[in-house]
Amino acid sequence: MNITRRDVGHIAELADIGITQEEMEEFTHQFNVILDYFDLLDRLPMGEFRRGDAPDEFNILRDDTETPCLPQGEAIRNAPGREDGFIRAPRVM
Amino acid sequence: MVELAEGDRDDLNAFITRCELPPLREGRLSGHRVAVKDNISTAGVQTTCGSRILQGYIPPFDAFVVERLRAEGAVIVGKTNMDEFGMGNTTENSAFGPTLNPLDTSRVPGGSSGGSAAAVAAGLASMALGSDTGGSIRCPASFCGIVGLKPTYGRVSRYGLVAYANSLEQIGPMAGNVRDMALLMSVIAGHDPRDSTCRNQPFGFPPRSEIRGVRIGIPEEFFGEGVDHRVATIVYQAIERLEELGAEVIACSMPSMRYALAAYYLTCMSEASSNLARFDGVRYGIPVNHRLPWHEAFRDVRERGFGKEVKRRVMLGTFALSAGYYGKYYAKAQLARGMVREDFARLFGEVDLLAGPTMPSVAFRLKEKSEPLSSYLADILTVPANLAGVPAISVPCGKVDHLPVGLQLIGRHFEDELVVNAAYAYEEAGRG
Repeated sequence: MNITRRDVGHIAELADIGITQEEMEEFTHQFNVILDYFDLLDRLPMGEFRRGDAPDEFNILRDDTETPCLPQGEAIRNAPGREDGFIRAPRVM
Repeated sequence: MVELAEGDRDDLNAFITRCELPPLREGRLSGHRVAVKDNISTAGVQTTCGSRILQGYIPPFDAFVVERLRAEGAVIVGKTNMDEFGMGNTTENSAFGPTLNPLDTSRVPGGSSGGSAAAVAAGLASMALGSDTGGSIRCPASFCGIVGLKPTYGRVSRYGLVAYANSLEQIGPMAGNVRDMALLMSVIAGHDPRDSTCRNQPFGFPPRSEIRGVRIGIPEEFFGEGVDHRVATIVYQAIERLEELGAEVIACSMPSMRYALAAYYLTCMSEASSNLARFDGVRYGIPVNHRLPWHEAFRDVRERGFGKEVKRRVMLGTFALSAGYYGKYYAKAQLARGMVREDFARLFGEVDLLAGPTMPSVAFRLKEKSEPLSSYLADILTVPANLAGVPAISVPCGKVDHLPVGLQLIGRHFEDELVVNAAYAYEEAGRG
């Protein structure tokens, strides 16, 4: 795997994370080192595979009834932008 | 040893926020002062996860475990420092500065629950809660010379724990000795309908000093490449002690260890890339710039709010899940995770517990692990238990020079009591 600076820029965009030029250089080097290590999974024996002793799996569902929840004011209290009881977000379009 | 007896000083930077939350009533923890890791929600008290992006966030509700502490008489004395969102094993990846190891302040306390371990080891709290995604309770317990348990996945409710890698993480107890740790575990274990992975299985207290006839497997891989031979010697001596106490010690092998670390990191990074998408500056945390378009605004907030290790893991997780690379990375990691589970299942058909060192070395020097991969490699002995969801404890078993070494004991799913009893037997024998 050879990751270029351009790849790192693209991944940052996909992840919605701004990175500095300095981080771009640093991450390019580090990602190559880390992904080289992950390549050892290419040597996994791909033969028959059992799931092991996963504990019994079953869905835990509750009855579809109303239960108490946070009042609206409490629920949005941490939002930095609020308007008329709603959370303000950046424009999408 | 740093002198911290004089009241309130926190020279180690163990806490991000100090507080004094009184108990709601008397109970089994009356008289105990408990520190809580800063990724566990406390109503009315800032909860940052060690991240700038959550500075000033005040949860409107208590985590299940915090409700339990307050209902059982504990005073909550503060929110402890941690690697940002739990990503690290040194507590140096905190936006609020590193925590120092109370036993040697030129060294790290381990991580990511390093503040919790340092607070207990320095006597600033009698017990603490941590969380463990790949060793984050056991590593700092080992480095600070205290006891820490990663419970079976599903034994303790994660309601109110700020999620980083849901399929791996558990909240767990830390204390200066096994009995106190078991007491705290008995308070936090049990049913909570708000975490659908949580089983209704209370934890038995007090622990029993029982080890006679217990079969303990010693996988050769636990003493493999990268394990400091001085640490290995101390841990072998501890295992001999368990044998003298009546345990049956059996050599065994765990071939999946070869793949465990890669499987762990790909899984936690992938889960983090999804979980941490919620930190967008809209609902909490540092404010988003409303003048910018959606994606630009988020990128800007997350550039300013996340530290380097969080950026690395979210980006690598995004990459591992992206079209074209999913099969090469994430899917293979899940295959390897299955092999780890299968190895544990096979071994637990032959033995009751597995034993080895908790960490390959004693506490690192500050800034010693500046390259990410070298830091990741130090987690090799702790991540298998998280991949399989089995319980694992770290109990102090001696020192190399002046620094503590942890003995790790791993058990079958939901047999946390057996793991704790064995650690208790070891600790009691040392006292006698």
